[in-house]
Parts: sequence; structure tokens; C-alpha cells
Amino acid sequence: MLEMIIINGLVLGGIYALLAVGFSLAFGVARILNMGHTAFYMITAFIVYIAHRWLTVPLLPAVCFSILITGILGMGCYQLLFDRVKEHETAIVIISIALAMLFQEILLLIFGGHHRGIPPFLSGFATIAGINITYQHLLTIGVTFFTLGGVWLLLAKTKLGLSIRAISQDREIANLMGLDVARICKITIGISTCLAGVASVMIAPIFMVHPLMWVSPLIITLAAVVLGGLGSIKGGAIGAFILGFAETTVVFIIPAASFLRGAISISVMILVLLFRPQGLFGIIFEEELL
Amino acid sequence: MNRYMFWLIEWFYGEVLAIPGRVIALAFFILLFLVGVVTKNPYLLDTLIITFIFSIYAASWDVLAGFTGQINLGHAFFFGVAAYVDALLNIHLGLPPLVTIPLGSIGAVLVGLIMALPALRLRGVYLSLVTLGFPIILTGIILVFAEFTGGEFGLSGISSLSSSKLFDYYIMLAVMLVSFLIMFKFTSVESKIIRVGVILRAIFEDEITARSSGINTTRYKVLSFAVSAAFAGIAGSLYAHTIRIVGPSTLELLFSFQALIWTIFGGMGTIYGPVAGVFILYPLTEFLGVYGATENFRIIVLTLTMIVIVLFMPEGLTIWVRDKIEIKCSRCKVGNIITRECCRVCCAPLHLGKRK
Repeated sequence: MLEMIIINGLVLGGIYALLAVGFSLAFGVARILNMGHTAFYMITAFIVYIAHRWLTVPLLPAVCFSILITGILGMGCYQLLFDRVKEHETAIVIISIALAMLFQEILLLIFGGHHRGIPPFLSGFATIAGINITYQHLLTIGVTFFTLGGVWLLLAKTKLGLSIRAISQDREIANLMGLDVARICKITIGISTCLAGVASVMIAPIFMVHPLMWVSPLIITLAAVVLGGLGSIKGGAIGAFILGFAETTVVFIIPAASFLRGAISISVMILVLLFRPQGLFGIIFEEELL
Repeated sequence: MNRYMFWLIEWFYGEVLAIPGRVIALAFFILLFLVGVVTKNPYLLDTLIITFIFSIYAASWDVLAGFTGQINLGHAFFFGVAAYVDALLNIHLGLPPLVTIPLGSIGAVLVGLIMALPALRLRGVYLSLVTLGFPIILTGIILVFAEFTGGEFGLSGISSLSSSKLFDYYIMLAVMLVSFLIMFKFTSVESKIIRVGVILRAIFEDEITARSSGINTTRYKVLSFAVSAAFAGIAGSLYAHTIRIVGPSTLELLFSFQALIWTIFGGMGTIYGPVAGVFILYPLTEFLGVYGATENFRIIVLTLTMIVIVLFMPEGLTIWVRDKIEIKCSRCKVGNIITRECCRVCCAPLHLGKRK
């Protein structure tokens, strides 16, 4: 029981963490509140499905290819749509929602509302401490932590990471220091959508692939990001793990409450915000205090 | 008597016919009135009734978001709560619509006040994302207590508003007109009757400054929450009595987003913007269905229209059109038609410093 909660919590929390980190990057650096972030997550799963099932590409190349395509698609959307309405915050929200709905409807038109499966990367299971864990779950946990570590290394140790952090702190000054803000914003969006893609290909063999799969992770991602503090990447990841564990625990203890999965995450978020309006790791400026 | 008539005609010529926006609004309502006289087509009347309800809903979102800057992403919460309160009272207690509609609206106001509790401590994106959560929590609760709330299939068997469709249509038209008038006066900066609009505008522009000039911003933010919830509640209750079935779809995430979509398409921070948005987009998507378009195709057209509109007119359609046909006098702040050379009240030249 406890072991199952830990394993499932790690899987879910890891997936939400990847999504939340991508969302935080897009918001903190490019100032885009991308409500369609999880639509890219859905698209990757479908590209894998098309490549593997229809074009019979082997799974590993299909996965790499689909993550790459998602990143390019994200950059294209940024260049064509978001970049043009940067000054209007509400316009960005609208465009991203519209884009997500557009993707959803196009996929519904092509695939219909059926649930589809992707074969797992590794079959079989290991027995650890008396419980059976599929290799797919272990692989998912490994890949998520590896990717999160990679993002941390990228941000902390490389020159690109330095410029991303500089822009998130102060766009104008970063621009004055000779950074190409527009280009780095575009790259950041690419990284953010790629992270959504990684989350997607890891979770798709465990869950199902269908055109409405973006709605429930979107809510939890938003909750995790707000819980951790908007714009704080570390906060987003920790918030995601908290919510992932909260969700798994409740579903395991009261199976009838699986309808309440989203509700629980949101309640945790509202409770935290009541006592800490800036989230767990967010910073609030003196003049913004109410 | 004669003097009053003369004054009324004078006012009509001077204040209504002089401004193209008001002429359009007047023509629009006369047209809606005539629709009921000319046609008895039940499909057309049904579509228009739903359009009225949604336009009240979208306008009530604008009261909160466009005038105090609190972007509420869970507006369907008010709509859904009112619809459910209405349905439960109507089915279990057998109360008539005349009683349940105000009670539904009061229910929406009460939950609006609950929602305002965290909202008062938060601002900006945090507020939006917290409000997003409330309908999701309620949906979960509704699905858990399925035998009382009808679960996924919802509650059915709600009594209809009146026996005749045409009578329904005119009731809805009247309710919509009155709601718009109240919301417009409530938020209008120039209104002489209700002086809240100018305070809301001040909070929108700069909350800290508004506070330091002695405005109790908390009170006005709660007030705008309550007014917004009340009208969304009226819309929800009317919806329950029109569709006669209330399910969790009234609390859906996408339904909350619909309010944003309509309002931003039409123009935020005006009450007529969301109305125009609903009256263009909702019938458009409905009538596409008549010509054999499937639901998917309709939404694809809708989303593409939205993206194009937001890209080319980020302020919204009505504001874009208004700037093309009207100009504000820079001295006395009175609206004028764009073709005038000088202001109709103070005779100040209107197009100073603008290239012809």
C-alpha cells in the first residue's frame, strides 16, 4: 500500500513536475501564461501514436522525433502568434486556450473520441520489497528525474541558462547587456514544449491517448505552479510532487473519491494561498502586498 | 405635456441619433423586438433565447474582469451554482420560476462572497488560477453525491418558464435589457446615478493609489464580485428553466473560458462588447450546424476566428469599430460621430493634430 502510493506518487508527481517546470519557464522568461501548455503534451502523444502505429517507425526514433516536432511546433506558435500580442496579457490567455481547443478538435476530427494505447518501452516487472512494479513505471521515474536534473544543469551551469535567468530577472537590462531577448525567449518556449513532450511520451504507455487528455493535467499543472510560486522553477517542481502525492494518497485510501482528484489538488492550492499568497517559493514585492 | 414631448424628442435627436454607437444599439433592440413579431420559428427563437442568456453571462464576467481587473477564470461557478440551486428548489420543493430565479441568483452571490475570500488576498494571475479551481471542486462534489445531484447526467424535469415560447422570448428580452442597463450604469464612469463605476475604474488603473485616496478598495472589489455573481446567477437560473436539464456541463472549464472568449472577442471593459461577442459568435456556430457542419468543424471555425480577431484587433471588435466611427471631444469628453469637424457640445475642433 505505502509502497504503491510512493511509486505512483513519484510517477504522477514527476510528470506534473515536468509540465510545471515547462510552464514556469514559459511564464518566467517569455512572460507567456500558456493555458495550452498541456495541449503540446497531448500532441506529442498523438505524434508518437501516428509514427509508431501508422508509419510503423520503431518506438525509440518515433519518441525522439515527436519530442523534436513538438519543440519546433511550440517555437512556431510563439513566433507566429504569441510574439505578436505580447503586450496584451489577456490576449495571450485567449490565444493559448483557442490554440489548445483547435488542436483538440483537429485531433477529434481525425481520431474520434476513442482511447488509444501506446506499447510500453519495456515490458515485464520487477519485484521490490514484495510488490510488483512494471519496468515502465521505473523507467518513467528515472527519465523524469534525469530530465529535471538536465534542466537544472542547463539553467545553472551553461551560458544559455545564464541568459535565460538574466532575462527572467529583468528583460530590459538583459537586452542592454547585449542578449538577444527574442531569440532566447523562442528557445525557452522550445525547451518548455519539449519538456511537455517528454512528460507525454513517458506517461502515454501508462495512461491512454485521447484528444481530451490535456484538460486534467492542465488544472493540476496550474495548481502546482501557483502552489510553488509563479515563475519559481524549483517551486513549481516541488508543488507538482506535493500534488502528485496528495492525489495518489487520496485515490488509494478512498477509491470512491477518484472524482475528487482535481478538487483535492485545487483545495490544497487554495489552502496554501490563503496563508501564503505568493505560493511556497514565490517572491512578493512590498508594493504588491494587499 | 407638450413641453415634455418636445423635450423627449429633443433629447432623442441630440443624444441618441447624434452618436452612431447608440443608434446601432437602438436598432439592434428594435430588431430583436421585431423578430418575435415576424417569425414563430421555434428553432430561431430557441437559439436567440440561449444567446440572450449567454450574453448576460458574458457581460457579468466583464463587470468583474473589465472594470476591476480581476480575471475570473471560473465564472461558470456562479452560473452552475445558480442553475443547480434553481433546479433543486424547483424539483424537490416545487417552487415556481418566479421564486427560484431570484433564489438561484442569491445562491450565486453567496458563493461569490466565498470565492471573494481568497480573492481579496490575491491579485493578478494568482487570483485567476484560484478562481479557476472553484468549479472543479464543485464538479467533484456533485459527482460524489450523485443520488442527490443527479451525478453525471444531471437533474431533469425542471418546469419551463411559461407555456408559450413567444412569451418566453419576450421575458428573456426584457430581463436582458434590464440586466444590461443595470450593469452598464453600474460600471459606467460617466453615470450620474450610480457612482461606483468611476471608483472601479480607479481600482483597475492603480489599486494602491485608489487606497491612498481613501477608497475602501476591499469593499468595492467584494461589491463587484457580488454584482457579477448575481447576474451570472440570473443567467444560470434562466438557463435551467430554458434547457430544463442541469448537468455538470454548466460548471465545465471550457464554459468558463467561453465567457472570456466572447468578451475578449467583443471588447473588454465595455458592457456592449461581450454582448456583441455573444450575438456574433454563438449564432454563427449554431447556424454552421444547420448547414451540415459537425460540432468539431464548428469549434475549429470558432477558434480560428478568435485567433485572427485577437491577432489583428487585440482590443476587441467593438472597440475597434467604435474607434472607427466615434471620436471623443478632447475638451468636454462627449462622444461625437467621426465625420464631425467640431464637437457638438462645446464646438472644440475634434481632429486637431491628426493627418487627414
